[in-house]
Amino acid sequence: MPQILSAKFIAPNIKRFDILSPKIAQRRKPGQFVIIRIDESGERIPLTIADSNNENGTITIIVQAVGRTTMELNMLEAGDTILDVVGPLGKPSEIEKFGNAVSIGGGVGTAIAYPTAVALKQAGNHTISIIGGRSKEFVILEDEMRNVCDEVYVTTDDGSYGKKGFVTDQLKELILHKKIDFVLAIGPIPMMKAVAEVTRDKNIKTVVSLNPIMVDGTGMCGGCRATVDNKTVFVCVDGPEFDAHKVDFETLDRRNRTYLMDEKISLEKFQCESEKHFQRK
Amino acid sequence: MLTNKERMKIARQGMPQQEGSTRVNNFSEVNLGFSEELAKMEALRCLQCPKPICIEGCPVGIKIGDFISLVAEGDFLGAAAKVKEDNLLPAICGRVCPQEEQCEVKCVVGKKSEPVAIGRLERFVADYEREHVGIRTPEIKTKTNKRVAIVGSGPAGLSCAGDLIQQGHDVTVFEALHELGGVLIYGIPEFRLPKEIVKAEIESLKKLGVDFQKNVVIGFIDTVDELLKNGYDAVFIAVGAGLPYFLNIPGENLNGVYSSNEFLTRVNLMKAYQFPDYDTPVFHCKNSKVAVFGGGNTAMDAVRISKRLGAEHSYIIYRRSDVEMPARKEEIHHAKEEGIEFIYLANPLEFLGTKDGWLKAVKLQKMELGEPDSSGRRRPVPISGSEYQLELDMAVIAIGNGSNPIIQKTTPELQFNKWGNIVVDNATMKTSKEGVFAGGDIVTGGATVILAMGAGRKAAAAINQFLKNKNLELH
Repeated sequence: MPQILSAKFIAPNIKRFDILSPKIAQRRKPGQFVIIRIDESGERIPLTIADSNNENGTITIIVQAVGRTTMELNMLEAGDTILDVVGPLGKPSEIEKFGNAVSIGGGVGTAIAYPTAVALKQAGNHTISIIGGRSKEFVILEDEMRNVCDEVYVTTDDGSYGKKGFVTDQLKELILHKKIDFVLAIGPIPMMKAVAEVTRDKNIKTVVSLNPIMVDGTGMCGGCRATVDNKTVFVCVDGPEFDAHKVDFETLDRRNRTYLMDEKISLEKFQCESEKHFQRK
Repeated sequence: MLTNKERMKIARQGMPQQEGSTRVNNFSEVNLGFSEELAKMEALRCLQCPKPICIEGCPVGIKIGDFISLVAEGDFLGAAAKVKEDNLLPAICGRVCPQEEQCEVKCVVGKKSEPVAIGRLERFVADYEREHVGIRTPEIKTKTNKRVAIVGSGPAGLSCAGDLIQQGHDVTVFEALHELGGVLIYGIPEFRLPKEIVKAEIESLKKLGVDFQKNVVIGFIDTVDELLKNGYDAVFIAVGAGLPYFLNIPGENLNGVYSSNEFLTRVNLMKAYQFPDYDTPVFHCKNSKVAVFGGGNTAMDAVRISKRLGAEHSYIIYRRSDVEMPARKEEIHHAKEEGIEFIYLANPLEFLGTKDGWLKAVKLQKMELGEPDSSGRRRPVPISGSEYQLELDMAVIAIGNGSNPIIQKTTPELQFNKWGNIVVDNATMKTSKEGVFAGGDIVTGGATVILAMGAGRKAAAAINQFLKNKNLELH
C-alpha cells in the first residue's frame, strides 16, 4: 500500500501529500491523474498529479476537502497509507512552443495547472501564470509558480492579496498589452467557462482540464462522459484536457450534481462517526 | 447398474432457488445449488456414452462423463478433481456458463427428454470441495524459469494463468482495478455469482504461485513492449472489451442515464447497494421507473439489480422480439419471476429531461420484424407513426461494448481490426507481434465468460509451446 511520506496543509482545507509510488512518479506526465481509494468501503476519486520526485519516488497531490472522501483523506498524516493508488491515467497535456503561454489556476486548480506550467516553460514558452483565490489564504503554490514562470499575477476576490478581482480581469488586461498565444485554465467550472469566453473571440487557443465524476478511470464505465464539440467524449481516456471553446460546461456542471444528495448523506454520516470516534478517544 | 431405459426415466432435477418474491429484497444468490441426493440422482441420468459428444460443446473440454460418473458413485471430491483437470474455476463456470447452448445442447438424453444438468453438477462438485475440504490445488511441473505477463484478471486471464502456472512457468497477472476478477467482479451481480466464490477460486491460483498485481494499467505504467523488454518471455493480453456503446440519441447525457458498465460497476464492484456504508452512490431506484435497453445477459443483470434496489417498474426494452433475445433462457425466466416487465419491438428515439437535466421519459418507436439480417435474426423495422412516450426516472444502456483503446494506443506494432479488436490466429491466439498473444473479449468483442476461458486455455497451450521452442533455439 502506498505510504504518505509528507502531509501538510498549504491553505485552509487544502493539503499537500507526497505519496511513495516510484513507478507512477517515474511515468507520469503533466496533465495526468491518479485514482485513489482510501479504504475497503471507500469510493474511487480522481486527483491530478501536481508534481513528482524521482529521487524520492513520490508523487504530489493537492487535495481540497469538499466531500466525505477528500475530508477523510485530509485527516491522513505522514506515515499513513492509502489502500489503492492507480495511475498515471489520462492523456498528458499537449505541450508545444506556443510563444506567450498563460496558465491560470483558480483555487486548488492551481495545483493542476502547475505541472503544465512547468512543462510549458521547459518547452521554451514565455510562461505567465495567474493564480486566483477567494482571499489571501486560498492562494496556493505562488512560490512554486514564481520559480518556473516568467511572470506571475495574483488575484483575490476580496482584494486581501494581489489584485482585487477575478483571474479573468487579469487575463483581459494581459491580452490588451501582449499577444497571448495559449491559455490553460483550471479551476471551478464557472471560472473555466469565463476564461473560455474571454479568449473565444480573440481566437486564442485555450485548454481546460475537466473534473467529472469518475469510477474506473480507464474508459470502462462511461460515467465521466462530457460533451465536447457536440460529441460525447470519455474524459478519463480522451482527456482530461480539452479545447475550452468546444466544451459544453452546462452539461458537465449538471452531471457533476448527480449525487449531490448522496454526497450530503455520506458527509453527514462521516462527520457524525468521526465525532463519536473523537469522543471515545 | 441402471439400464439406459431406467436412466432416461429419471426426470431432470430442478435447481432449488430463492422464491421470486423474497429474492427481490436481497442480493443473495438466487440458485441455491443441488443437495448431495439431488446431485446423485441427476448424475444417474447420464448415459455414459462411449463417444460423448457433450465434451465437444465445452470450450475447455471438461471430461463430463467421467466426472458425472464419480458424482453418481458419491465420490464428489474425485469428481471435483476430474473437473479441475480441465477447468480451475468450476464454481464460477458452473454458475455463469450458458450450458444450454454448449455441453447440454449436445447431450444425447436431451434428444428425447431434457438434457443432463451438467452445469448444475459442475457447480455442485466445486461447491462441495470448497465447503468440505477447501479448494485443492493440482501439482506444478518443474519450474521452467520462463516468465509470462498476463494483462487482465478476468476469465481469459485467470484460465490462462491457471494453465501456465501448472506448466512450471512464472506468471504475473496485472489488473487495472482494485479487485481481481474483471467482469466476474464488476459485471456479474452477487445474486448470480457470489463474490466470495470468485475470491476463493482466485485464491487457489495464488496458492499455486500466480503473482497478482492490482492497480496496474498496462499501457500507462508499463507498455507491452516494456514487459517484453523487462524480462517477460511472453505476454497474454486479456483486457476485455470494456468501452461501453451508447445509443447515440438525443438526451443520452441527461442525469440518470447510465451505461450498463457504470451501473453494474457502481453496484457490484463498489457495492453501492450498501450505500452509505460503502461510499459510492448510485441512482435511488426506490419507487422509481427504470428501463434497461438491450436483451443480453448484461441487460438482465442490470434490470434485476434495479428491482432489488426497490424500483416500482423495471422494464427491459428490446428492439426485436423475445425469440431473438440473446440472454440465457434461465436469466429471462428469473427476471420474469421477479416482476421485470418486458417491452419487445420498441426502439428508443430520444431521452427527454426535466428542466434541471434529469431524465423524465423516453420516446419509443414500435418496430416489426422484417427479413433476416447478417446475424440471421429478423431485422427490426420501424412502424411509422407509432412513436410514444414512456415515463422514466433512470435508464441503463446495455447494448454491448467496444474495445478499450489503451493497449492499441500504446502498442503500435499490434494489429487491430476496424472495431479495435486485436487480430489473432484463431488456433493459437498469436497476435502480429512476436511473443504476444491475446484472447477474450478484446479479440471477439463482447462474448461469454466461458468463451473467454476457452481462449485463455488455447493461448496457454500456444504460449507453453512458444516457450518450449524458445528454449530449444537457445540450446
